[in-house]
Amino acid sequence: MKRGVFRRRRSRELPELNTASLPDLIFTVLFFFMIVTHMRDVDLQVRYEVPQGTELQKLTHKSAVTYVYIGRVKDAPVDSFYIQLNNSLATVDDIKAYVESERSKMSSEDQPRMTVSIKADRDVPFGIISDVKKALQQSFALKVNYSATEK
Amino acid sequence: MPGLNTTSTADISFMLLIFFLVTSSMDSDWGLSRQLPNPENQTEEQEVIVKKRNALCLKLGADGVMTCNDEPIAMDALTERVKTFVANDADDPTLPEMSEREVHLLGRCKVSDRHVIMMDVHRDASYDMYFQMQDAIVRAYHQLRDELAQKQFGKTLANCNNEQREAINMVYPQRISEQAITEEGGGR
Repeated sequence: MKRGVFRRRRSRELPELNTASLPDLIFTVLFFFMIVTHMRDVDLQVRYEVPQGTELQKLTHKSAVTYVYIGRVKDAPVDSFYIQLNNSLATVDDIKAYVESERSKMSSEDQPRMTVSIKADRDVPFGIISDVKKALQQSFALKVNYSATEK
Repeated sequence: MPGLNTTSTADISFMLLIFFLVTSSMDSDWGLSRQLPNPENQTEEQEVIVKKRNALCLKLGADGVMTCNDEPIAMDALTERVKTFVANDADDPTLPEMSEREVHLLGRCKVSDRHVIMMDVHRDASYDMYFQMQDAIVRAYHQLRDELAQKQFGKTLANCNNEQREAINMVYPQRISEQAITEEGGGR
């Protein structure tokens, strides 16, 4: 039995931390985010809080989805609501032209499954929603999705 | 040959990561899907006379008070009300008529294809109330279809194949009519 076996070597330098795998790690995180997220395509000018529901379906085929935002504008009275299409505020009359232009931008296979997602604040009076729906109906955008969060 | 100096690769990829974090949004889109009717059919303005027993009149006033066949009803009770209205298992004469039909996969069975849910929402009612109403009605249909799927095929509606789902939708079709706008079908 030799005691020397267990004796530690004394003057041992701390090796530098090996960071060779760090880029790979970060790339993995990067790819994760690239896959699970999608690009923000509009600057929201209206503020809205969508209602909560239980019977929700996930919007598939992102490329076939068009958005209509309805909500409050900053610095405007609380009970006035605005419609936003693309990057600008609009009125109900603009919806038809908007739907037409969005539809023409879509590929031919996306056109029949075009869905309009209505992202509206929960306090919006139903009259506005009704007008929007009527306009959508007139422009043959018949698939509607009322955006909501899970209860 | 000295190894390539890769110490900055981490910084570069960090930059990329931060760029993507800033420009992208995580919110996945969930929502209640509805199908609007074709405006061309609308122009003919078919006045359908609905028997009183076949109609469920839901009214939402500007003050947020909901009435069902002129009786006030709470939002929580709406799902059950719609379920008993649509199903009518006991052949109650005050509830909608059922018709016998040959349904693929299910054989001859009673089909609730005469009922109509009529929604009348005041323009000043809040969108949230309207949404909750729609949600409650869709939930009622979903529960009925789920129960039927369990009974007939022994699995939930989500696990059924398209053929089975179609058969179930035949038994409980969504027949919702809104004042001015009628909605029919529905994705489920």
